[in-house]
Amino acid sequence: MDTTTQKPAAPPAPGPAAPPDTRTARGVTRPGDRIFLGLSRGSGIFVLVLMAAIAAFLTYRASLAISKDEANFFTTFEWNPSGSPPEFGIAVLAFGTVVSSVIAMVIAVPVAVAIALFITHYAPRRLGGPIGYVIDLLAAVPSIVYGLWGALVLVPHLDGLYGWLDDYLGWTGILEWNDGAPRSLFTVGILLAVMILPIITNVSREVFRQVPRMHEEAALALGATRWEVIRMSVLPFGRSGVISASMLGLGRALGETMAVAMVLSPSFTINASLLDPGGGTFAQNIASKFNEATEMGRDALIASGLVLFVITLLVNGAARLIIARRKEYSGANA
Amino acid sequence: MTHATHDTRPSGSLRGATLPKWFPWAVAGASAALGYGISAAAGLHSDIQWALIAALLFIGGSYALSAKVEGRRQARDRTATSLVWVAFLLAVIPLASLTWETVKRGIEVLDGYFLTHSMGVVADTEPGGGIYHALLGTLEQVGLATAISVPVGVLTAIYLVEYGRGRLAKAVTFFVDVMTGIPSIVAGLFVLSLWILILGMGYSGFAGAMALSILMIPVVVRSTEEMLKLVPNELREASLALGVPKWRTILKVVLPTSVGGITTGVMLAIARITGETAPVLLLVWGTNFINANPFQDPQASLPMYIYLQYTNGSEAAYDRAWAAALTLIAFIMILNLVARGIARWKAPKTGR
Repeated sequence: MDTTTQKPAAPPAPGPAAPPDTRTARGVTRPGDRIFLGLSRGSGIFVLVLMAAIAAFLTYRASLAISKDEANFFTTFEWNPSGSPPEFGIAVLAFGTVVSSVIAMVIAVPVAVAIALFITHYAPRRLGGPIGYVIDLLAAVPSIVYGLWGALVLVPHLDGLYGWLDDYLGWTGILEWNDGAPRSLFTVGILLAVMILPIITNVSREVFRQVPRMHEEAALALGATRWEVIRMSVLPFGRSGVISASMLGLGRALGETMAVAMVLSPSFTINASLLDPGGGTFAQNIASKFNEATEMGRDALIASGLVLFVITLLVNGAARLIIARRKEYSGANA
Repeated sequence: MTHATHDTRPSGSLRGATLPKWFPWAVAGASAALGYGISAAAGLHSDIQWALIAALLFIGGSYALSAKVEGRRQARDRTATSLVWVAFLLAVIPLASLTWETVKRGIEVLDGYFLTHSMGVVADTEPGGGIYHALLGTLEQVGLATAISVPVGVLTAIYLVEYGRGRLAKAVTFFVDVMTGIPSIVAGLFVLSLWILILGMGYSGFAGAMALSILMIPVVVRSTEEMLKLVPNELREASLALGVPKWRTILKVVLPTSVGGITTGVMLAIARITGETAPVLLLVWGTNFINANPFQDPQASLPMYIYLQYTNGSEAAYDRAWAAALTLIAFIMILNLVARGIARWKAPKTGR
């Protein structure tokens, strides 16, 4: 600042004739200012244009594909865009994406909330900090590494568990297992749960940390046990935060590509049993079909990507809404 | 709490009966032994099974014993505590296994040769070869993506914090949030449809870098915005009062004050996109040879290398995949640690 500080704006000209300079009072007359404002506003507009372009170009290519699709795009159990006639539909992909993400959420959310509680309320104080730090780092592990671990370490370890589930719960039909390699939607769900666990834990931990100390102490003073403190003051305060954290995790699980592509052995069928291999997800289907796809095939994949885009937008939008609503009435986000 | 619990206190004492401190450990040990015994007797082979049995025994056992001695409220508290501990241990197992396996299997092949040679003359099923071409590709793609994203991201954040009023700023904030949630494969598909299918360009490192920057821009905007908001207003006012133009105030006062935090945010964003595989897979295509030019012809990249070695399926290829995964994780962890170090070292002085 020292040498570069400009001399102050030119002093107002003396003499009664000079009119008061209203422009300098508003402070936007300098060319430097105008250029800088232009640059930064331009970047902001660029972001908007980029989003619009993403939506527009995906829709354009997708419409090319869908207009040639001879089958119903939403209900067909087939993916044959370069056949004649081209027939493809997203029913199997939508099913697989939703089911694997739901399994992941069912496993990950309670565990993540428990870990967040563990870090903030149960762990010895000296342990809590480092554990939080390590989980922060684990959130940065790329999905391809989770995929490699899932395919080469997790899958071989699941035989026993699946046999067990089949023995006792096979009669439900959902958890039936016919001794195939355990590369099924259920496995994908478990792997996705492991992947989104650090994210959900991190956000929930932040929320639990913001619980007003007074609420907890008041409950303790009334003789509440630690669990009662958590149930009466921590969980109600953190509920919306946990919900939005879960939605963010869900958004990631829905769009996860490589880990699913490496673990699942895909097929274009819907199995009643979640433990049997088969099925697919939007992202996985794009990654594994892309290499052999013709131009028509690529457009079809783009169409399925557009559906994924819309779904994740809805989920993320819902999460943001919940966060925004919470900010308004809790006042604890300062 | 709505209905009175049965009073189990011995007369003359204000405190209820409590179990000794070693109680949870004893129950944990006993249930682990029992669980192992049961699964051994029943001939169950999986580690997951005996761990599950032991966990159930632990939770049930501590509830029953504590309910008997201490009363139901205490028992519920103990159950919650054990559930939290069990959940924590359950979650630690896969995460620890991931780290352990990656290091153990990765270290086998990882050496100087592996880092400095490409796969050009090595058959995929044979041992040997390395990741030089992939490292080079990743560094170039991530470098290009950073070169695009940092100016755009930082300027957007400056607009939002220093200038942004009204509808445009609101729209930008909203859409940056939306962009944060774009799945990486969708970003890849967008660049594919625009750059390759419509403009007719070829697969190249630059195409991948564009997709990566779509993923990186919102992260940079978010973190920079947070950091700029931390700069105290008094600094800005002092500078403006001296007659310094607003743009110089931003460049010479606001940015230097928050540069540590911004650097941290950028490095975390780099760490995030370095591991992205899906867009790279669609746009960079991959090669076994060294291609130092990111603007022409397919390149390799580290995450894609892992995927290609994995799909190859031979033992030698698995070894290379693990070694590359270890390299990738090490790179990302170093970035993370350095970034956090900078954040701690250069934390803005907020006058608190």
